[in-house]
Amino acid sequence: MKIGVPSETHPGEKRVATTPDVAKELAKLGFSVAVETGAGDASSYTDDAYRAAGCDIVSAADVWRDSDIILKVRAPEGGESDGLRAGQTLISFLWPAQNPKLLDKLTKTGATVMAMDSVPRISRAQKMDALSSMANIGGYRAVVEAAQHFGRFFTGQITAAGKVPPAKVLVIGAGVAGLAAIGAAKSMGAIVRSFDTRPEVKEQVESMDAEFLMLDFADEDGSGEGGYAKVMSEEFIAAEMALFAEQAKDVDIVITTALIPGKPAPRLWTAEMVASMKDGSVIVDLAAETGGNCELTQKDKVIVEHGVTIIGYTDLPSRLAAQASQLYATNLRHLLTDLTPAKDGNIVVDMEDEVIRGATVCKDGETTWPPPAPKLSAAPKQAAAAPPPPAPEPAKPSVFGPIAALAIGGLALFGLGAVAPPSFMAHFTVFVLACFVGYMVIWNVTPALHTPLMSVTNAISSIIIIGALLQVSSASSLIMWIAAFTVLITSINIAGGFAVTRRMLEMFRK
Amino acid sequence: MLSSGIVTVAYIAATILFILALGGLSNQETARRGNWYGITGMAIALLATVFGVVTQHYGILVAALVIGGGIGMLLARRVQMTQMPELVAILHSLVGLAAVAVGFANFMDHSTVLTGVEKTIHDIETYLGILIGAVTFSGSVIAFGKLSGRIGGKPLLLPARHWLNLGLLIAAIWFGRAFVIESAAGGGMTPLIVMTVIALLFGIHMVMAIGGADMPVVVSMLNSYSGWAASATGFMLSNDLLIVTGALVGSSGAILSYIMCRAMNRKFLNVIAGGFGTGGGTSASSGDAEQGEVVPIDAQETAALLAGAKEVMIIPGYGMAVAQAQHTVFEITKALRAKRVNVRFGIHPVAGRMPGHMNVLLAEAKVPYDIVFEMDEINDDFPDVDVSVVIGANDIVNPSAQEVPDSPIAGMPVLECWKGDTTIVLKRSMATGYAGVQNPLFFKENTRMLFGDAKDTLDAVLKAL
Repeated sequence: MKIGVPSETHPGEKRVATTPDVAKELAKLGFSVAVETGAGDASSYTDDAYRAAGCDIVSAADVWRDSDIILKVRAPEGGESDGLRAGQTLISFLWPAQNPKLLDKLTKTGATVMAMDSVPRISRAQKMDALSSMANIGGYRAVVEAAQHFGRFFTGQITAAGKVPPAKVLVIGAGVAGLAAIGAAKSMGAIVRSFDTRPEVKEQVESMDAEFLMLDFADEDGSGEGGYAKVMSEEFIAAEMALFAEQAKDVDIVITTALIPGKPAPRLWTAEMVASMKDGSVIVDLAAETGGNCELTQKDKVIVEHGVTIIGYTDLPSRLAAQASQLYATNLRHLLTDLTPAKDGNIVVDMEDEVIRGATVCKDGETTWPPPAPKLSAAPKQAAAAPPPPAPEPAKPSVFGPIAALAIGGLALFGLGAVAPPSFMAHFTVFVLACFVGYMVIWNVTPALHTPLMSVTNAISSIIIIGALLQVSSASSLIMWIAAFTVLITSINIAGGFAVTRRMLEMFRK
Repeated sequence: MLSSGIVTVAYIAATILFILALGGLSNQETARRGNWYGITGMAIALLATVFGVVTQHYGILVAALVIGGGIGMLLARRVQMTQMPELVAILHSLVGLAAVAVGFANFMDHSTVLTGVEKTIHDIETYLGILIGAVTFSGSVIAFGKLSGRIGGKPLLLPARHWLNLGLLIAAIWFGRAFVIESAAGGGMTPLIVMTVIALLFGIHMVMAIGGADMPVVVSMLNSYSGWAASATGFMLSNDLLIVTGALVGSSGAILSYIMCRAMNRKFLNVIAGGFGTGGGTSASSGDAEQGEVVPIDAQETAALLAGAKEVMIIPGYGMAVAQAQHTVFEITKALRAKRVNVRFGIHPVAGRMPGHMNVLLAEAKVPYDIVFEMDEINDDFPDVDVSVVIGANDIVNPSAQEVPDSPIAGMPVLECWKGDTTIVLKRSMATGYAGVQNPLFFKENTRMLFGDAKDTLDAVLKAL
């Protein structure tokens, strides 16, 4: 089958749906890849690079006409998808909830359309989760944008010219974007704090060396479906706002990433909080697309209010186009790998597969969105699992056992002592004592030297050669030869055992 | 000719030197000195015996010593470190054979005449010495065959094998009684030979029934037996040096067996009875149920992951020995340490086919021993580890030992590598480990599978670094 990659037509969109590297991987799955002229220019992938990776370079019309599968970043706009027809498959971001008309239009073409934003967020589908890839880039880029507009260092320094305090960064919402922002800000040397309504992310935040702001509030768990947060109660929000108001006076940079799926972004940062911030502070609002977490945010603009720069870009991933294209293309490749189980370049849209079912929004002229609710991962699954069977009562150690063993041992020794001659008892004493000495000494041996221990004990157990030496002077030639043979084999053992131990011990070095 | 007093003093010196030799192994610095103590002790004992007791046939004696010693040195020089378990096993068999030979020779030698209880006790000592020696001999030969791949590693399970063992034991006791009675009358050779054959069969049957990965227990058990054989011979000859040395070796092997069994959370008798992983019908089903998808990874990505990590833990298993990959592992370690990556090794007590097997292999590859750690030392550090690399190991990193209460390996202490950020498992295929238990580690989200021969894939990783 033929994959076509048109240029993105949205103004300012610099990403492209495949890169030369990924195109090579797609060829391995049996596809041929055609790319529109200049599609990768904005993200620094030239036509020549695509050609070198085995792609055809064609015109936009050819892409839409000749391809079986069309890969895009943004949802088709304007007349772009007019050429789409039954038998073709389109894969891109689509946002079906926000674009019902587009979904209708696409459904009517009879084509199969898969939305990268509808890939269910389950463990197995992580490798094709383009939302996470883009959020990760957005979080990183948010810090870069903030640094651009922030007039000071992120890191603290003591210089000859005086002391520079480190910047204080507050990241609201510790999802993928939030964590990426924490990582980026932290690596630039800032003091980073983070807040999230979901208590389970505390560990993740702390693992990145940032401070997790706890709300002094009876525990209310903000975890919603698919790893997103849900809407919180009023009391909770009041406590949250009080915390933010207090933080506003202290921090230099605020990065907000709070999103609730299908709802306008929660208002977390009021105009008063902006006013109370220090002059020169920066706010980066990653939720500008859906109205912004900050009251003053203006979509796609950078404004200055009360001396505070507020950045409302909605195209942060596109501002890191080469990286974003590469990750997005890899997400697409993983999806295509799942779609072509036979690796023969023919895709199979298996509606029984949870991931493929979730991503497919229309097929054969029917709208298949929204999909049935995905099964959830980690926490709820554990709760659903049957409670562990009650641990069996630990068997009470039988008092009888050791006593019986002691009694039998004692009787045996008594019997032995009663009949055995004194010479035997002298040897027996030596034997028992030697066992105890061995016990004490061996426990001190380090486990790393257990192999040398075995070879050296093997060598010294050949002390049995003494027995043969006692017999070798025997008058009987049969006994003499047996003894000679024994001396022979035990001396193999002595020499071999000690020599190999020495060889091993020589190898151990610091 | 040395007086018997001087010979005895020499024996005492040898005894002390042997104890010091074992004590020296408590750490790497003193271990080499310990080995010299052992050699000195052996030399003193030999010289004292040769000059104090032997009266004739010096030529044959010296010839046997020189030829045997030469063969031993040659073996020690030629052996590959991966073959150490085989060498140790075959050397054990020689001790067993020697015990049998000395026992027979002593029985045939009628120069000392005992009577009454002393005679009975002496006969029992002879009988026991030969019995233990024969079991050690045949068991070690089979263990050698299994370890060197000449005999298949799968446990051979005869029907009613426990009854067979019991029958052999009863027969051995019955013939022992017959031997003592006949010996008192001047005969006794027949029951002694019959018993030797029974003991040989018992040794073969016992080791045949034990599978490949239980070999650490078997090898250390045979080590212990060789000691008890020497000790029994010492009783027979009324020689304290043999008794003491045998007891030292015997308890050493017994402790090693105990440590190995504890590391597998199994009872000694359970291991010796053999046939592990064949009977557990209930457990297999629950293990299979939660299979998921494995995430493969290639050598390039592995190299990138390793180079980007701060803390790397390498967990070698028998697969590393099979693939002879220890040198490549060290090259990778060196490359990573040059990049300031903290590389450590985590060794499970039963990794490999012999106690301490992995340590010796790593030492051979010149891995410094201060970055090689025991399981107990590093198990708590896994949450801080960025990348764990599991090379040819399976059961020792199986989380079901902790998570699935009815698993056949439940309760076995394991290396908790899944608590780290990422685990890379090098494996040839998805086959189960020795215990026959599916390993949920492979299906964990943070586990990546690197399929292929460990040596080849690691070479590729090294090249990519």
